[in-house]
Amino acid sequence: MTQRRLRYLQAMNEAYLQEMTRDPDTIILGEDIRGGIRGETKGLLEAFGPERVLDTPISEAGFVGFATGAAMAGLRPLVQFQVPSLIYVAFDQLVNQAAKLRLMMGGQAKIPVTYTIMVAGARGGVAGQHSDNPYPYLLHAGFKLVCPSTPYDAKGLLTSAIREDDPVVFMAPAMALAQRGPVPEEPYAIPLGVGEIKRRGTDVTVVAVGHLVPEALAAAEQLREEGIDVQVWDPRSLLPLDKEGLCAAVRDTGRVVIYDDSARTCGFAAELSAILAERVHDVLKAPIKRITRADTPMPYSSPLEKAVLPTPHQLTEAIRTLYAHNPSTHRRPHVEA
Amino acid sequence: MRLIRRFEERVAELVDANEIAGICHEYVGQEAVAVGVCAALAQDDIITSTHRGHGHIIAKGGEVKFMLAELFGRTGGYNRGRGGSMHIADLGLGIFGANGIVGAGAPMACGAAYRFKLAGQKRVAVPFFGDGAINQGVLHEALNLGAIWHLPVVYICENNMYAITTPLREVTKRPPHERARAYGMEGSVADGMDVQAVYEAALHAVQAARDGLGPSFLEFETYRYVGHYTAEKLMKTSYRTDAEIETWRLRDPIQRWGRRLVDAACASEADLERIHQSVEEELDDAFVFATQSPLPDARTALDHVYHTTYAGLPAPGYEP
Repeated sequence: MTQRRLRYLQAMNEAYLQEMTRDPDTIILGEDIRGGIRGETKGLLEAFGPERVLDTPISEAGFVGFATGAAMAGLRPLVQFQVPSLIYVAFDQLVNQAAKLRLMMGGQAKIPVTYTIMVAGARGGVAGQHSDNPYPYLLHAGFKLVCPSTPYDAKGLLTSAIREDDPVVFMAPAMALAQRGPVPEEPYAIPLGVGEIKRRGTDVTVVAVGHLVPEALAAAEQLREEGIDVQVWDPRSLLPLDKEGLCAAVRDTGRVVIYDDSARTCGFAAELSAILAERVHDVLKAPIKRITRADTPMPYSSPLEKAVLPTPHQLTEAIRTLYAHNPSTHRRPHVEA
Repeated sequence: MRLIRRFEERVAELVDANEIAGICHEYVGQEAVAVGVCAALAQDDIITSTHRGHGHIIAKGGEVKFMLAELFGRTGGYNRGRGGSMHIADLGLGIFGANGIVGAGAPMACGAAYRFKLAGQKRVAVPFFGDGAINQGVLHEALNLGAIWHLPVVYICENNMYAITTPLREVTKRPPHERARAYGMEGSVADGMDVQAVYEAALHAVQAARDGLGPSFLEFETYRYVGHYTAEKLMKTSYRTDAEIETWRLRDPIQRWGRRLVDAACASEADLERIHQSVEEELDDAFVFATQSPLPDARTALDHVYHTTYAGLPAPGYEP
């Protein structure tokens, strides 16, 4: 593997450049794409010209529908949302149209659209309308969705998302964007629906999503000094979900903490918990533990924001609690079949 | 026009008899708009349609046997029984789908038009929508996109005066076509009960779009003789008077066009009768085709959600 290290946004930029070069039917559109103040769309206008790199009016519903129609007519549009909450403005065009048209048309339509959702999640002091992590809504609607935690995964999964012949959402977590990591220069694709063990361990499995993966790895290092060997599993792709990989990662230790920054009620962690309860209850040595965002709009003030987000402190505490849980003295209630 | 009229009348009977599930929004009275506009289009031009879409689909070349099979929920239907009345589509005929959400097809038509423009193709995209869509935000976003990107789009507003039961005059201050100017395109209005007037207006606009002169907006004043949907006749509604409905029936597009053909010696009464007869035969055949087409196998319920499926995607509701 190359020693070249890129930032997350540079990795996204490279995937955009390489895939738009590879496929002349790709176009990219959204608000402030050409200006590209964060950098992930840098160089696209120069490379592909204004016809394939479109700055749209502030018309989220309009440009999402535009992309759907362009896709059905033969293009492969990349749609970028600069803030996650903007998807709500376009919800009919996403949920009622892009996500449903293929089924409603009996499989006639191919809708290869990639939606990149930038700066997902809280990022400190941007309050109620700029801190959401709205993937549960999109998963309910049936969107294929990836949430890469590293620059390497970002490039490989964005490449796969663009090549997929269905709508795919790419969530770029705000708190993951500053990372640097090894990224090969040549194009590569990480298949959808394949999770990865980011750290092997034998005592407790942490299932972490997006920017919480590096936090989980840091917590694992901290707990190593206490003699707790933590495994960290990253689903990378939330739909399709690597259920086999998830179950295997939990079977390795028999203890699981799900560390996810989406809503507690009907959030992604709730779904993972249900899958594990159905499939691997027989190996669980302790109850499944969820650490999620609290069910509230994001408050502005810093202590309040910290109080409703999942924290590394909660994570280490939960891992210690599960590790100390002794199944021989705390038997799970047994129900006769 | 005759085929659309009789298709709708027969479908209404089948819905009333519970042979077709759900509801249908009949196009009865508005036939001249779909026929006049689609006569100005080539097969590779595309349309987006509405919840009241049967007329557009027939006019764009859709075959009634595949439509009827769809309404019966059969595998031989246009959408393999996955769409029903409000979602009939045939991408091969340039029918980018009827749509149950008012105004929703307009931005898709813009996207298709952008593809035509980018590829240097002289094709045109035509979103149909009703007067009810004129206050829907996404329609205005689509009008703006068409204008700023100079797209080959002809926006067709079928003004049948009512959004379900709400009269247009109560929710809209000025006629729909006047809004076009604000976006930087021509807007005009014509008699939607006169198929020749519709065709001439559409031909002019479509040719302009094809020649790279950008989008335009056509409003056609028309009327549905029947309720918003098939079930309305069971309800006691009083938003329209019998006298009003009768006034519009006197302008019936099928009778007017028939008279004009006969007066101009382009057709005889016998020719018209032959058309009526062939329409009935086509619909009889369609009924046979539709009812003989098999129902979908329940095991295929999760087919066609995605182009590319994965293990466990889409997920069934029960895992034994």
